[in-house]
Amino acid sequence: MAILVSKKVTKRFGGLEAVSRVDLEVKEHAIYSIIGPNGAGKTTFFNCVTGFYTPEEGEILFNGKNITGLSPDRVTRLGISRTYQNIRLFKNMTAVENIMVGMQPHLKSGVLGAIFRDPRTKREEEAAVEEAVRLLVYINLQGKGDLLAKNLPYGEQRRLEVGRALASKPSLLLLDEPTAGMNPRETQDMVGFIRRLRDDLGITILLIEHQMRVVMSISELITVLDFGLKIAEGTPVEIQKNPRVVEAYLGRGAASGLGQARTAV
Amino acid sequence: MKSKSSYWVKTLQNGLIGGGISLLLGLVGMALAFGKTYIISGVITMGQIFILSPFLFEAFMSVRKAPSKKPSMLLLAGGLTGLVGGALLAAFVLIGEVINYRAVLVNASPNLFALLTFNLSLVTGILVLLTASLVTGLIAAGVFLLPERIKAALSQAVMVVVLLGLFRDLIVTVMLRWGVVQYVFLWMFAASGLKIIGALVIFVLIGGLAYWSKGRDRKAIALKRSPRQQQVTRWSTLGVLGLLVLLLPVILGSYFSEILDNVGIYILMGLGLNIVVGFAGLLDLGYVAFYAIGAYTLGILTTTEAVGLLHLSFWLASPIALVIAVFAGVILGLPILKMRGDYLAIVTLGFGEIIRIVVLSDWLKPLLGGSEGIQLIGKPVVGPLVLANQQQLYYLILIGIILAGFISIRLKDSHLGRSWMALREDEDVAEAMGINKVTTKLLAFAMGALFSGLGGALFATKIGSVYPQSFSFIVSINILSLIIIGGMGSIPGVFVGGLALVGLPLLLSQFADFRYMIYGAVLVIMMLMKPEGLAPEARRRLELHGEEAGPGPQNEPQAVKNNPEAPGGD
Repeated sequence: MAILVSKKVTKRFGGLEAVSRVDLEVKEHAIYSIIGPNGAGKTTFFNCVTGFYTPEEGEILFNGKNITGLSPDRVTRLGISRTYQNIRLFKNMTAVENIMVGMQPHLKSGVLGAIFRDPRTKREEEAAVEEAVRLLVYINLQGKGDLLAKNLPYGEQRRLEVGRALASKPSLLLLDEPTAGMNPRETQDMVGFIRRLRDDLGITILLIEHQMRVVMSISELITVLDFGLKIAEGTPVEIQKNPRVVEAYLGRGAASGLGQARTAV
Repeated sequence: MKSKSSYWVKTLQNGLIGGGISLLLGLVGMALAFGKTYIISGVITMGQIFILSPFLFEAFMSVRKAPSKKPSMLLLAGGLTGLVGGALLAAFVLIGEVINYRAVLVNASPNLFALLTFNLSLVTGILVLLTASLVTGLIAAGVFLLPERIKAALSQAVMVVVLLGLFRDLIVTVMLRWGVVQYVFLWMFAASGLKIIGALVIFVLIGGLAYWSKGRDRKAIALKRSPRQQQVTRWSTLGVLGLLVLLLPVILGSYFSEILDNVGIYILMGLGLNIVVGFAGLLDLGYVAFYAIGAYTLGILTTTEAVGLLHLSFWLASPIALVIAVFAGVILGLPILKMRGDYLAIVTLGFGEIIRIVVLSDWLKPLLGGSEGIQLIGKPVVGPLVLANQQQLYYLILIGIILAGFISIRLKDSHLGRSWMALREDEDVAEAMGINKVTTKLLAFAMGALFSGLGGALFATKIGSVYPQSFSFIVSINILSLIIIGGMGSIPGVFVGGLALVGLPLLLSQFADFRYMIYGAVLVIMMLMKPEGLAPEARRRLELHGEEAGPGPQNEPQAVKNNPEAPGGD
């Protein structure tokens, strides 16, 4: 029951292999983390899954369907949704509008519907607003729907971004460093929130995270990337003990790896 | 007291800027062009107003920034600003006695010196000039000291008097059409500008009215009314406005109808470009191409000349023209889907030029007439009536505008409108939200091309002929400017921008020579002082001025708050 399978996915930029031959299998309803030092290729891997990049080699299967090379909007319509490492809300749109843009895959009315505003379009629009308000309550932003996204505090912007991702009713949610820049309290809230997403809504979570405490407490399985290569996979306990991981983060491995990258470029 | 001394330096600077502006207005010839245009007959000309108004403005700027609000201080600052500006002009005049500027500055003619010295001898003239500048500065300071309500009433009264004087010829032309009614108004006008007594009556009347209406608390009155009453008021206002719009050509006569038609066609195209640039954020500099395509298609299909095809009626040909314009919009849209910002602007600019050059080419001359264009384009016929004159065509254009406005409003408030906005904000993320970039962008281009094509078709039938010269790059720039002046993405803004940027220059023929200079100046000033436009969309105002900033001096851009960069990770 793997929801997402990556088979030998490779993405190159010039001579640099940002992601090389990465195999990965995310089970349905799992919380799965990808970790690794800076420049390990984690976000590049996300971009391959969501259609921003087309990998040079390998395949990505989502619910058994090959999605390699599909455009981002098609991937989203299939049920994968994501957030960004540096918040990328539509800053000059209101919170409600941000969420309603997220509902795009489920809105069917076209240009003519918009111009003549027939009953079906009207109903759809009303339902969308209602749904958006419900989502705002769910992400704890009730009453802030009419504020411009850029005027929300940082933590709320992060939550709004998750809300916008949820609006497309995804079955797989990719979160890119959801706790970046948060204080311990906010981080804890976010961890609880991510758990609820899985437990209440049954969404599978694929996560990039730097804060080890978060990763170790929330993940069921972890993959470690270093210079595009998968160097380890396992439960949090296994990962903590893995000598290669420790090396990649702290020791000799990092230094020699840097040398390799220089010669590669 | 560093701050205080730096304030006085600033005041001197303001004075020099004021003098510089009025000198510039003189040297480009604007003051002279209006040298004989009296605002109040025998008292003051528009030229003199051009020379003195920069002092008024700069003195006001000085006074506004004064560290203390003591009357003596304010009067000193205002007077000093005016005097310094006047001194700059005086120096210019004096140096002109020795050096002949005309070798370089053609407009530094004896007439300009006469204007600057109030037609007096050199010494008396300079003294009067200095006194006038000083008094202007003092007046600015004095007005600043008045209570808000009187200030508003005064400025409105002055504005109306100046406008009435400036537009005297046009107003009189219109009034002569009105039979008996003209006698109510005509007495106040002299051969040029207003009579003194007329100016006084208008000043008192408008000032009083403004003072009175400022005193009423509109909100409180509105709240007292029941919702039903409010609705009745709203509908009746709308009704009166609608009736006025319908009767405009009848009231104003054919000369003004011609101007209204031109403005209308620009507004129509502005509404289209507003979808492309304002809603979807696609900077299109070749918008004139679709205007040309609409006009030429209609021309070819309806002309009775030998070159024409089919010789269709207007009503049959215009839908075809629209379809072809939309088709062209999509064709242009396809190759440039991947481009953004500057690149998009350059490619569309190229497209606009290509269309114009293709039309001019020898290759298509048998069909499009080359530089001679196409003549004898068909007029719309409704039953037995041929819509041939400007007044009748006004209604056709009006219908086009209403249609375009309605569609704009509806689209803006739909999920397509939100998709456009999202694309404008962040294209990558919008795509990741499931927005199909291809169809969404193409729809924007198609809608824009539709209204531009309609504008072109109406233009062709209005003029009765089309020439390649009518479709130069400057048309695209005009439409873009009117959107920017009105407020990007704002539908009322298109109307305001169209009236201000297309209507005013047509009304004031003296301005014609300075049109592009004023254009440039207005654009620069607008971008600096009011980047959201004259009639901004509520959202834009929020974007640029933070939380509900009212009109007024608090125009500092909102500091970036609550928006820290996330620490970089991967």
